[in-house]
Order: sequence, then structure tokens, then C-alpha cells
Amino acid sequence: MGEVWVITSGKGGVGKTTATANLGTGLALLGKRVALVDADIGLRNLDVVMGLENRIVYDLVDVAEGYCRLRQALVKDKRVEGLYLLPAAQTKDKTAVSPEQMRSLCQELAREFDYVLVDSPAGIEQGFRNAVAAAEKAIIVTTPEVAAVRDADRVIGILEATEMAPPLLLINRVRGDMVRRGDMMNLDDMVEVLAIEVLGAIPEDEQIIVSTNRGEPAVLVPHSRAGHAFRLVCRRLLGENVSLPNVWEPDGWLLKLRRLIGAGSR
Amino acid sequence: MFNWRGRGQAVASPSREVAKERLRLILVHDRAGCSPELLQALKEEMVHAISRYLEVDREGMEIRVVTGERQAVLAASIPIRSVRRLGATV
Repeated sequence: MGEVWVITSGKGGVGKTTATANLGTGLALLGKRVALVDADIGLRNLDVVMGLENRIVYDLVDVAEGYCRLRQALVKDKRVEGLYLLPAAQTKDKTAVSPEQMRSLCQELAREFDYVLVDSPAGIEQGFRNAVAAAEKAIIVTTPEVAAVRDADRVIGILEATEMAPPLLLINRVRGDMVRRGDMMNLDDMVEVLAIEVLGAIPEDEQIIVSTNRGEPAVLVPHSRAGHAFRLVCRRLLGENVSLPNVWEPDGWLLKLRRLIGAGSR
Repeated sequence: MFNWRGRGQAVASPSREVAKERLRLILVHDRAGCSPELLQALKEEMVHAISRYLEVDREGMEIRVVTGERQAVLAASIPIRSVRRLGATV
């Protein structure tokens, strides 16, 4: 029986869908069988980020309403073995599926896949509650910004009131240069404020936009900094003891020089 | 050492500190406000403790979190009915 994870954030635009696409693709690259579920009914995105939008025949609502079998709605990713997408419906609204339907659907997927990753819609309304109802574990995506962290805290509070395992934090869009000059919260700040376990941190990376333009998750791009960080996070998710990628410091010769001289450290 | 640009300018508090401080306050307020159970439990325990010394009006009691400029304050208004004699406590 596989694990069902929900990827959620509270605030929109912090990178939930990008995270879902990259974690799913990364886990598949590590040999796991992965099903990605887009729970954002009415505003589907995951298919586009994955570059699978042209291959959709049926969607999640079709499955829930019994128009097709689950297997027929799954879109196979041809780039990575064992990676599938269950797309959201674009024309229906979030009430088209009930929490019970989501739960049984994900349970069915979990029988066949090692990981079922549910991309939750933003907010804390019905769509979010559907996505959460289906999952046994959660990843909270946030950026090191006041509004995003506040919403993450709210979602953590809601999840803690359920029987779900304590959620893990994924900090996205970290700017090492800004952290270094004291204009962005660092890892310790985030841990202190939110008091949850950190799964990983992803640096801000232009490559993500290029990847999204092409419909190719960054984990498939060899030189992407964010892609590299996502690959490490995937290994952590599998329980490997890899240290967190150091995204809190900027790369480049200036830093190396600083380290060499020993100035400016800490 | 390599930061020439910053020299000579008044050093404002780094915005990271500001962000963290604001968040701390916001979350105290959010968490208390979003969880009436927490405040209710706190209220019960306060009544329990205070009742050893004072007889209070439970119905008229009010407790909430107020966010000020620099800190969040737990504000409790507890009407006193009567004061117990010291010998009678504990």
C-alpha cells in the first residue's frame, strides 16, 4: 500500500504545483511508482507544468462520477518510468467531488502506486478540505515571506486538528543573497516561527520559469539549482539521511572568496 | 568587509528581523483567535485558580488577546463577587 501525501500551502502562488510536479518526477526518477493528482478542480495547472496537457482524455470528476475507470483517466508520463497524472476537471467547480470520493479514489491509487501526491488548491475551503481528506501525510509549501508564513501557520493549525501525521515544511524560493544581507528570513527563523519539521528548502531559480514554459519539471534539467534541491528533497522523503541543500547562501566567487578569507561568515 | 555600498548610510534594522517580529505578533493573535478552545481551556483554569481567593462572576468574565504595537496582550476582565477570607483558602 502506497502513501498518500497532500501538498498544500494556504496562500496561492508559493509553488505548490511546481513542488508537486518536481517531487513526483523526482520520486519516479528514484524508481518509485508515482501518481500525481490535481485536486484544483476548475483551475487545473499540474498538467501544464508537467507538459501533459495535450494527452488528457478523462479527468478526476469523470472518474468520481463513474464515466470512466480510474486507469483510463491516468496520463502516463513518457519521460520517466512509473509516473502518472490524474488531471483535474477544468469545467466543473470544486463541489463536483466530495471528500469521500477523493478518499476512495486516492485509496485505489495507493494500491497500485508507491506515492500518491495530491496537489491541493490554495485556500482553506472545500477544494482544500477534499485534498486533505484523502491524504495521510502533508507537505506545507511556503516562501520566506510574512503573508505566506502566516497562511502556512493557519493550515498547520487545521491539519494538527486532524488525525494526520505532523506536516513537513518545504521552504520555496529562497534567495541566498537576500538571506545573507538580512533581508530574508533564514531557516532558523522559519523553524522558530512555525515549529514544524523541515523537509527541505528550494532556492529561487530562473530555470523554474523556463521549465514551466517548456512543460518539463526542473528535476529533469541537469544544471537547475532548484532541480538539484528537489532531487535531494526527494531522497529525504524516502528516508535517506541527506543533509539539507544549502540554499541559504548565494553561490559564486564572492562567497568562496569570503569563505577563504574567513570574513563575513556568520 | 566587501560591502562598500552600505557604508556611511544609517543602518536600519534588517528587514528579516522586522518580518520575524511582525510574524510573531500576528501568529499569537491568529492562533488565539482561531482556536476558541484554547481560550476556553485557559479561562476554565484561570477561574479555577482565582476561585481559591475570590468569588468571581463566571458569566460576566471576558478574556481575549489584544495585539498592541510591540506585543500581544492577554486581556482578562473578571468581575469579582466577593473576596474570600484568607484563612479559608487552600
